[in-house]
Amino acid sequence: MKHIAIIGNGISGVTAARHIRKLSDHKITLISAETEHFFSRTALMYVYMGHMKQEHVKPYEDHFWSKNRIDLKFGYVSKVDANNKKLVFDNQEELEFDDLIIACGSKPNKFGWKGQDLDGVQGLYSWQDLELMGKNSVNCERAVIVGGGLIGVEMAEMFLSRGIKVTFLVREKRFWGSVLPKEESELVSRHIISHHVDLRFETELEEIIPDENGRAKAIRTNDGEEIICQFVGLTAGVGPNVDFLNGGSVDLNRGVLVNEFLETNIPNVYSIGDCAEFHQHPTGRRNMEQVWYTGKMMGETVAQTICGTKTAYKPGIWFNSAKFFDIEYQTYGWVWAQPKENEAVLYWEHNDGKKCLKLIYDNNNGSFLAVNVFGIRLRHKVLDYWIKNETKIEEVLQNLEDANFEPQFYENSFPEIKKMFLLQLPKTV
Amino acid sequence: MTKIDKDIALVTGPPKDINNVQKIATLIGMSGLLILVLAAFNVNFPHKGIWLAIALASIAGGIILYSKGAYGNKQEGIKNDGVWFKSISNRGFWGWIAGIAMTGFYIVLYFFPALLGLNADGENTGIISLFDPLSRMLSGNAASQWFVYGTMYTVAIIAFGIKFMWKYRHNKYERLRTFSVMFFQTGFAFIIPELMTRLNSDKFSLPYYDLKNVWPLNYSNFEQYRVDDMISAGNVGLGLLIFGVASVLIITPIMTYKYGKRWYCSWVCGCGGLAETAGDPFRQLSDKSTWAWKMERWMVHSVVVFVVIMTTAVVSTYLGYDDQKYWLTRETFLIGVIAILTILIGLLFFFRRDELKKDAKIGAIGYFVIIVAMIGIHYSAGSRIFIFEAETLRSTYGFLIGSVFSGVIGTGFYPILGNRSWCRFGCPMAAIMGMQQRFFSKFRITTNGGQCISCGNCSTYCEMGIDVKAYAQKGQNIVRSSCVGCGVCSAVCPRGVLKLENGEDSGDSRYDSDPITFGNDGIKLNM
Ligand SMILES: Cc1cc2nc3c(=O)[nH]c(=O)nc-3n(C[C@H](O)[C@H](O)[C@H](O)COP(=O)(O)OP(=O)(O)OC[C@H]3O[C@@H](n4cnc5c(N)ncnc54)[C@H](O)[C@@H]3O)c2cc1C
Ligand code: SF4
Ligand code: SF4
Repeated sequence: MKHIAIIGNGISGVTAARHIRKLSDHKITLISAETEHFFSRTALMYVYMGHMKQEHVKPYEDHFWSKNRIDLKFGYVSKVDANNKKLVFDNQEELEFDDLIIACGSKPNKFGWKGQDLDGVQGLYSWQDLELMGKNSVNCERAVIVGGGLIGVEMAEMFLSRGIKVTFLVREKRFWGSVLPKEESELVSRHIISHHVDLRFETELEEIIPDENGRAKAIRTNDGEEIICQFVGLTAGVGPNVDFLNGGSVDLNRGVLVNEFLETNIPNVYSIGDCAEFHQHPTGRRNMEQVWYTGKMMGETVAQTICGTKTAYKPGIWFNSAKFFDIEYQTYGWVWAQPKENEAVLYWEHNDGKKCLKLIYDNNNGSFLAVNVFGIRLRHKVLDYWIKNETKIEEVLQNLEDANFEPQFYENSFPEIKKMFLLQLPKTV
Repeated sequence: MTKIDKDIALVTGPPKDINNVQKIATLIGMSGLLILVLAAFNVNFPHKGIWLAIALASIAGGIILYSKGAYGNKQEGIKNDGVWFKSISNRGFWGWIAGIAMTGFYIVLYFFPALLGLNADGENTGIISLFDPLSRMLSGNAASQWFVYGTMYTVAIIAFGIKFMWKYRHNKYERLRTFSVMFFQTGFAFIIPELMTRLNSDKFSLPYYDLKNVWPLNYSNFEQYRVDDMISAGNVGLGLLIFGVASVLIITPIMTYKYGKRWYCSWVCGCGGLAETAGDPFRQLSDKSTWAWKMERWMVHSVVVFVVIMTTAVVSTYLGYDDQKYWLTRETFLIGVIAILTILIGLLFFFRRDELKKDAKIGAIGYFVIIVAMIGIHYSAGSRIFIFEAETLRSTYGFLIGSVFSGVIGTGFYPILGNRSWCRFGCPMAAIMGMQQRFFSKFRITTNGGQCISCGNCSTYCEMGIDVKAYAQKGQNIVRSSCVGCGVCSAVCPRGVLKLENGEDSGDSRYDSDPITFGNDGIKLNM
């Protein structure tokens, strides 16, 4: 029986612990300095908006951990002494381990803006951030959000639910322009604006201006405009939360460097989830992927290796999803913001401007590559199968309705989409 | 819990004031209610019909205007902002006040109707007399406390139904099924039975029959006075009797096989109808713990056993002493019941032994208790089953289950226990359909590959207390006997993970389960 210590009780660490328990009798210690019990980070916004309380966003009941003999340790690891196989906590306590999994997650990026550490200026990542956001929202009339990604939109929705006005600064020419193609980006922008968000493109934060008590009272943009606000939300992405590993023996780049087996440079030390950075991603995707699903998959994989079945991390077809106010978004396969040379695009948009579907296929051989969909639910298994098997686009269109995952009785746009796409399809494929 | 595990939202979350439209709406609704309350305190209104119309119209109008204030100027989408901040919906001060008021109303209604103005001999007074004109219009008779209750129940389902449809206007499944419960309540539960009473004369008398109200929910459907009425009412009556039996033995199983129990629980049933409309603001209060699940299974199945024994005892009693009158004898009836149960249980154990697992115990115990009771009925003289009088069983059931559980606790406690505590812990109809739904039905909730983010919205808003996310986050389909198919879990899911579907009735596609995240191609073993 080994002792396996896991730093971080987020989705990656917890998934690893659960699967190690399923596969073995090893002693497991799950460490966190955030909350005693695992909660779903993705649900933070719903707690703020009053849809749920903390008890609802815990994926497992509190007795789950003792029942599965997963020891919970609340404390902050200040040092990993990999050579002596022990962890040192900030109160000098020590914990020895045989195997270590580093699953310490991310923290919000700060780019050295002037005033970024003032009161009333914060990101949204941890439970503590959420608590702070609750406090900072009191008597707040306007919030400025900096950085147009997913967490920024969530923050905007959160503020609006409490009647706080929002100005949203986006550096790019269009919303989430690094990821979304133009049509989709415009659809989302329209929807955000329809919720009365003051959305500004090609605008950057220059400086945050304090009042006499060191609280943010306004910001200045790169155009020199001053916007009065009581809150500044920094949502320009996240980066690995690995400062406590600096100066140790575990190799770091931006994150903890790992190979395809999720192994670090030190034997018996692994890293998974947001904080792990591949030397080279096993499927050629980006070397860091900070999403829930990949964290879960890495947890499942590392558990196999630790329990004796050495297993490489091999994520299948990429997928992701999000919700922009009232519009749900799903994607399967990789849709580039700018189509690649060999890629052909089919695009349909509902005339209400709130639903759209984009299919990408290979110009050369007609294989289906990827899909973006807004306002319509698609069936993961079907899309995964089509993409994995390089199904021809014609066949995909013929069977498009198999991918329908909309609730029963919903308006069925599939026949219309199919008709339109079949017309657009060049005869050669 | 550490100090960090406490809830922050309540400390800082501002319970939003209601807007002006909502304030006016509340005023209008309350003034309608005030008329009823004054009538209850024996203020004698002249022109009762007009005052009643004003009262009901203001209550309904107030509710509808309130909905306009709440949802009218918002975009289509999920409307759960502030649910846990408001004391009415988070089991806070106003929740308790509402719960106590409603419970009080039920206690008066069931046990002290005289307080409402029901006079054993003589004219109605009080609030019941206010309803006399409407009752005369429909059935020709003066009102009873049940007519008052039925009217208010129907008004509540219609007005809160409109509110619910407004709230979920982007969701056609929710709109259709709400329209359906509004229709069945107004037509089948309210207007048709009243009109049927109009047909009655000295020679011809039909029992008050809400056609959609199926035994065992309608536990008294096969009592002697009703059966006698039906038999003596010629072809129409016989038709009703046959329909009553067919709805238990044929219609319900077929519909449940094809669509799951939702066809009844959230499209037709009156209890479900009220729960889904007036009760909707309280759906998040249902208990999700595994402990509650255990309780649920023991309680609801005990009620099934109780109602089967009680009904058999009651029916076999009158078959026994009046054996000339019916073509069925007491013995054939008892043997018939035993045979049907044995066949059903046999089929279950034979075809579904794998899925049954632990539940086999509950099933076997229930079956055993019923059979012993049947034998008891057989060997006890006359109307007895062992030492109990059949009539005592019936009145105990009527009091404990029919009144206290379904009414006082089931509805009165909406703001405390959630809106479906009767349906979940008490309703024998739901339990029987639930067993079938779990083992012999095409219905399931399908989960969408790996898209779940374990956010918990689905579980929180499941009125039946099902921990939906526990399945969804493992990529497992949800095949649970208690699911009433309200569709709200699917609606509130921000990632499009859940879909209510009718598909294959068994096999992998229904139970679909793989503990590894869908899309993780590295791991092939199935643990
Ligand atoms: C608001 C928000 C919304 C999101 N929505 C989505 C979404 O919709 N879909 C999606 O795919 N992804 C989403 N994400 C991203 C997703 O939540 C993360 O990718 C995921 O939670 C990362 O999990 P993890 O286990 O790697 O790390 P984390 O969840 O960050 O867990 C790491 C834990 O380790 C603890 N820790 C770190 N260092 C130490 C130390 N030295 N000692 C002790 N404990 C330590 C941290 O306190 C933390 O509790 C969202 C993120 C946020 C913030
Ligand atoms: S599981 Fe979903 S559909 Fe079933 S009762 Fe719960 S919320 Fe309704
Ligand atoms: S199924 Fe949907 S609502 Fe339920 S936990 Fe998963 S993502 Fe959240």
